[in-house]
Amino acid sequence: MIKIENIKKSFGDKDVLKGISGTFEKGKPNLIIGSSGTGKSVLLKCIVGLIKPDDGFVYYKHNEFTHASRDLKTEIRREIGMLFQGGALFDSKTVEENVMFPLNVLTTMPEDEKLDRVNFCLKRVGLENQNKKMPSEVSGGMKKRVGIARAIVNDSNYLFCDEPNSGLDPQTSILIDELIAEITEEYETTTVVVTHDMNSVLGIGENIMFLYEGHKLWEGNKNEIMDSGVKEFDDFVFANKVMRKLKKLD
Amino acid sequence: METLGKYFIFLGSLFVNRETFKTYFKLTIDECISVGIGSVSLVSLVAFFMGAVTTIQTAYNLISPLIPDYVISLVVRDMTILELAPTIIGVIFAGKVGSSMASGLGTMRISEQIDALEVMGINATSYLVLPKILACLLMYPMLVILAGLLAILGGYLAGVLTGVITPQEYIYGIRFEFNEYTVTFALIKSFVFAFLVSSISSFRGFYTTGGAVEVGQSSTAAVTQSVIAILLADYLLAQLLL
Repeated sequence: MIKIENIKKSFGDKDVLKGISGTFEKGKPNLIIGSSGTGKSVLLKCIVGLIKPDDGFVYYKHNEFTHASRDLKTEIRREIGMLFQGGALFDSKTVEENVMFPLNVLTTMPEDEKLDRVNFCLKRVGLENQNKKMPSEVSGGMKKRVGIARAIVNDSNYLFCDEPNSGLDPQTSILIDELIAEITEEYETTTVVVTHDMNSVLGIGENIMFLYEGHKLWEGNKNEIMDSGVKEFDDFVFANKVMRKLKKLD
Repeated sequence: METLGKYFIFLGSLFVNRETFKTYFKLTIDECISVGIGSVSLVSLVAFFMGAVTTIQTAYNLISPLIPDYVISLVVRDMTILELAPTIIGVIFAGKVGSSMASGLGTMRISEQIDALEVMGINATSYLVLPKILACLLMYPMLVILAGLLAILGGYLAGVLTGVITPQEYIYGIRFEFNEYTVTFALIKSFVFAFLVSSISSFRGFYTTGGAVEVGQSSTAAVTQSVIAILLADYLLAQLLL
């Protein structure tokens, strides 16, 4: 479980996050949603420590992360897997080397065990026999899958996904969402997904946090979307015709 | 001043929270191949012609019959060892290796590969930059030695083939009143220049923000600042050590 308390972050005179609190539960996908520029990615980067918040606390289980010692931060980070928006694969390494990378650097596992683990993870994300391909030789969706395999290879307790569906077609997006949801349930990870894709919200949104202009305006799950009672949230969710028709039907 | 402070903090972060020796060893060897072997052809070509041109131009300027011909090779030797091999090759090294380091790290930064390392709990500065600096410290002095030898060989061939000096006189001049300290001085300079080029270029690349245009700008800034640092250090070392 991850708990955040009163997270604030400004860049210059622009307040991006204005005191966000919440809890991300274990074993189900937690979604941070909102329009572009509302601070979703900044919040995610504050949680994983890529950006230091101006104020507030982030707790991993009972360990406070933001003000923790370097050693404790490293210890916590070694339990984190992250899928970046563009995949962030190391472009000079093959698919296999990318997935094996955390094992090479962070563990003393024997080579054959490492290879078994990599093959298992690649199979889990549906990429068996793609080991020797370079990142430049695989599609956007496959890059995301490799990113997920790399994120889970080290038995991570925490999985963070920054816009996992950006740049993907709707079908592939759904596959990636399902994969994230399955892995979360299967490995009991605490998963935080930043997205503005409504298909993801409706598909895997077990715990949804809606951000608006740096504030948390709504929290709930996919079944509570229709009756949020928050105008800004309704404007975001029912922005397109299909969703508006769906609401009328409801 | 703020950038200078950031640079020193960057250097300090190279030595904290490091990975295992084995990890660095492999990375350093890879970098040595990229930095060293990858630069041999360019350095050799430049050094050879530098020596050849120095011989011809020195001969052209020494028109007095009172000055013996072996002075030509003596001038080539001292110029090569003291200045041309460490400094001019340093400038070329900054252009080739420095820009490559800055653009490589810059691209890693904008494509979130550095963030990926940080999230895994790896000290990205140390993991990515320390092997580059170590490789430059190991390989650049070797490149300087190679450049010195090839420049003297280039001078020999140019001088002998054009008939401005005989082989005997050239060899005599090369050996005449040779001061071994000049080699030590050249090697000290090469270590300092290697550190400056690798650390400044890595620093510029590591803190790239933006996109493809900014990667190019970082690369240009890395070369410019490395060259300025080399020239300043060259002057300071000459004042201090000669």
